[in-house]
Amino acid sequence: MNEIFAGFKQALELIVSIDPDLFEIVLRSLHVTISATIIASSIALPFAAYIAVKRFRARRLLIALMNALMGLPPVVVGLVVYLMLSRSGPLGVLGLLFTPTAMIIAQVIIITPLIASIAHQSLRDLWAMYHDLLISLNTTKWQRVKTLIWDARRSLLTAMLAGFGRAIGEVGAIMIVGGNIDHLTRVLTTAIALETGKGDFALALALGIILIILAIIINVSIHMVSKTERSKLW
Amino acid sequence: MVTSLFPLRIQGASIIKRGKRIIGPIELDLESDGITAVIGPNGSGKTTLLRMLHGIENLANGTVSWGNFELSDALKHQAFVFQNPIMLRRSVLENMIYPLHLKGMTNAAAIDIANKWLERVGLSQSCNKDALVLSGGERQRLALARALACEPKILFLDEPTSNLDGYSMAAVEKLILDASSDGIKVIIATHDFGQLKRLADTIIFMLNGKIHEIGNVETLLLGAKKEETSKFLNGEIVL
Repeated sequence: MNEIFAGFKQALELIVSIDPDLFEIVLRSLHVTISATIIASSIALPFAAYIAVKRFRARRLLIALMNALMGLPPVVVGLVVYLMLSRSGPLGVLGLLFTPTAMIIAQVIIITPLIASIAHQSLRDLWAMYHDLLISLNTTKWQRVKTLIWDARRSLLTAMLAGFGRAIGEVGAIMIVGGNIDHLTRVLTTAIALETGKGDFALALALGIILIILAIIINVSIHMVSKTERSKLW
Repeated sequence: MVTSLFPLRIQGASIIKRGKRIIGPIELDLESDGITAVIGPNGSGKTTLLRMLHGIENLANGTVSWGNFELSDALKHQAFVFQNPIMLRRSVLENMIYPLHLKGMTNAAAIDIANKWLERVGLSQSCNKDALVLSGGERQRLALARALACEPKILFLDEPTSNLDGYSMAAVEKLILDASSDGIKVIIATHDFGQLKRLADTIIFMLNGKIHEIGNVETLLLGAKKEETSKFLNGEIVL
């Protein structure tokens, strides 16, 4: 119990004292996670909209695969990305291993199926509603995709936030491909893992509290700014 | 070469879904003038016939042709108002300008036309409202205004006044008559015999997925050739 109180106290101290190391880690966490969320969303949202409007033979299989990949084990993703980016790997020449870019790549792979799958649910429902109108207006596939993404933007934001939530709390893959190097690839989650390993539970808990507060602030801010819950419909 | 959407012709066309014939085979020729009403019992294929004529149904066999137009070009000159009007999750004004943007119109021109139509259908006060909060009558008027703003040559209306109150029905019917006077071919599916008399020039009577009888409104109302048509027009139940 003492550890928990000590953790809260230390978290408060770290925030109030504007600890430079902490802020560096927080900024890196945000940089990696926000970059991964934006890249993953740019892939996942058009893909989800496309498979909502397009009928093709392997569509159901693709949707099932996409849903299955939501549970992709991060450690395995980390290992595969590590092997691809290591010196002897096919992309070793890029020299990306143990950099924030490698961490972003791993996170993109982990959260893209999650964002696509959640987005697909809402886009599919919206397409069922819009289908006749958009066919009647002789829209192209691309115009349909754009219309669906724009009109479902509020629910898509929730999909993106789910991806953000998974990415910011992720540790397995980024530990492997980032290496948890101080002042280079250390982020909040890997720092928590490190401090736990060292037995400094209070600091680990303090970092954990800051991570949770950060995730809540970002989610709430985005919901407020985008007016996700519109009261005027009822 | 003179291009025209007419005659609007169906030759031996059928629609089959999950192994079941929905309508057909259909043979039909429609000319550009007047209002054509499609009537018939529930499930007789009125909506499917309208969708077939519009070109948004996959045919199992036969053809639909719009004069010398290809389907993609023909669709540009047609508009369809569905029985349950489909509203985009946008404001009333944005719903109006959406199809105009698709036609390549500039934003300013689209807004200008949209405002003119919203004024005409009595929705100018609601232009910034979310379209999903409109009442049934308002939605129907918005859907009709959105269709007419695109200046179609053929307007398909699938039971446009079902569930509307008297005021909304009168407003919608006036728009339909105005559209017809402006030279737009109107093809309307309806259950309302009063509306049939007020609007239609020709009647297509559908029964069990086939065109059972077709003719001038006065002729059919005075005495249809076929027994089922006569019974239906006299308000009897036809199976």
